[in-house]
Amino acid sequence: MDSGTIVEWRVHPGDTVHRGDIVAVVDTDKADIDVEVFDDGVVEELLVDPGVEVAVGTPLARITGAGATVAPAAPAPQAAQVVEAPAEPTPVPVPSPRAGADTDRVRASPRARRLAAARGIDLHRVRGSGQRGAVVAADLERAPAEPVPAPAAGPSGRRSDAERQASMRRAIGELMARSKREIPHYHLATTVDLQTAVDWLSTVNGDRPVTERLLPAALLLKAVALAAVEVPEVNGSWLDDGFQPATAVHLGVAVALRGGGLVAPALHGADTLTLDELMAGLRDLVTRARSGRLTGSEMADPTLTVTNLGDQGAEEVLGVIYPPQVALVGFGRILERPVAVDGMLAVHSTVRASLAADHRVTDGHEGSRFLAVLDRLLQTPEDLR
Amino acid sequence: MTALTPSDARALLARLLARIAPEVDLADIGPDETLQEAADLDSMDFLNLMTAVYEEIGVEVPERDYPALSTIDGFAVYMAAATADPGS
Repeated sequence: MDSGTIVEWRVHPGDTVHRGDIVAVVDTDKADIDVEVFDDGVVEELLVDPGVEVAVGTPLARITGAGATVAPAAPAPQAAQVVEAPAEPTPVPVPSPRAGADTDRVRASPRARRLAAARGIDLHRVRGSGQRGAVVAADLERAPAEPVPAPAAGPSGRRSDAERQASMRRAIGELMARSKREIPHYHLATTVDLQTAVDWLSTVNGDRPVTERLLPAALLLKAVALAAVEVPEVNGSWLDDGFQPATAVHLGVAVALRGGGLVAPALHGADTLTLDELMAGLRDLVTRARSGRLTGSEMADPTLTVTNLGDQGAEEVLGVIYPPQVALVGFGRILERPVAVDGMLAVHSTVRASLAADHRVTDGHEGSRFLAVLDRLLQTPEDLR
Repeated sequence: MTALTPSDARALLARLLARIAPEVDLADIGPDETLQEAADLDSMDFLNLMTAVYEEIGVEVPERDYPALSTIDGFAVYMAAATADPGS
């Protein structure tokens, strides 16, 4: 992604904003991204009009600190911060048709999608007034509510799907080529016995309604997050010729999109979440990734990525690191394998866990330690709550 | 709860699956093919399917019964039985 187009401003000059507020929606040709503001302040000026395409990194708005509104003098330049067009951290998500009619490849802002879903409006039937015909929230105010028909499997929008697919494939290719060119990878893998974890999960889930059940993926992610706290050399970024350890564990979760492609948005502060919170966060993140409703910071700030091939996957994955991160953890499908237990042969649920890591930061010794910690944590699943 | 016939249950499955995997046509999947494999459903998709079943018809499928629902026929038979028996 080199450029983006403002689809919609959510704020106006004079508005007070707080860290994390969504101030704009940017169309990146592959997906709409919500742009967040990173500090509290007051919007002084919007620098880019909707519909104008700008390069990544271009200042979009000037926002002054809260103090500046009190002082009548012109704000000092250093007091102003700018919101920049989001840089691309990971392959960009393609809004996938997976989630149903409202996301079936109609150009629309995330807010318009949410409104459409809430009001039962089929976006196919709304004339968009935004950039390149994108449906924006204002268009929906004019549209009558109607029942959503079953998603059509017809050819409508196919062309645009194909284009987005192609451009996502290119984006993944470019990022992975850069990773392979710049990062001296090494790979380690080990078999982790998951019998205790699987038994524990089935006991816990046995008492729970379907809406509150846990998946093994949640347990694996929590264990990775805690292992990254114990072995912090895998959690952070390679920037300016040096390793910058991260202060929090924002786990990038690789989500495969129906129809191809993947995206790896962040599950923020995964080490601090309870297992239930993590599961809810994972469910929400996967749903939004597949319907193209991720925020800029989710796209931008994973500190360590996990790829989990799931039930239909291969036995093992040796991953490629997402720059500027320095490691990637991979899980194959959970499989029953013969294992030796106290000198006897037994059949247990197991998983092949792997680590791809950056030799500029760690070597096999620390990498092995990470996998050993991960293994140890997964043997006491009740402590991962 | 009104009892579902196996054909009602198939229609229900088609409707719910359309939300999770819109590009999959149930008619293309054989009655005894593994649903997860044929429709490329991961464990999150399957959990979402079970959640949708609960929300639509109030049937709570315990995890231990998941294997019985891994084909279209299995799903139909299970749902017909679950809605016919007031105790389930």
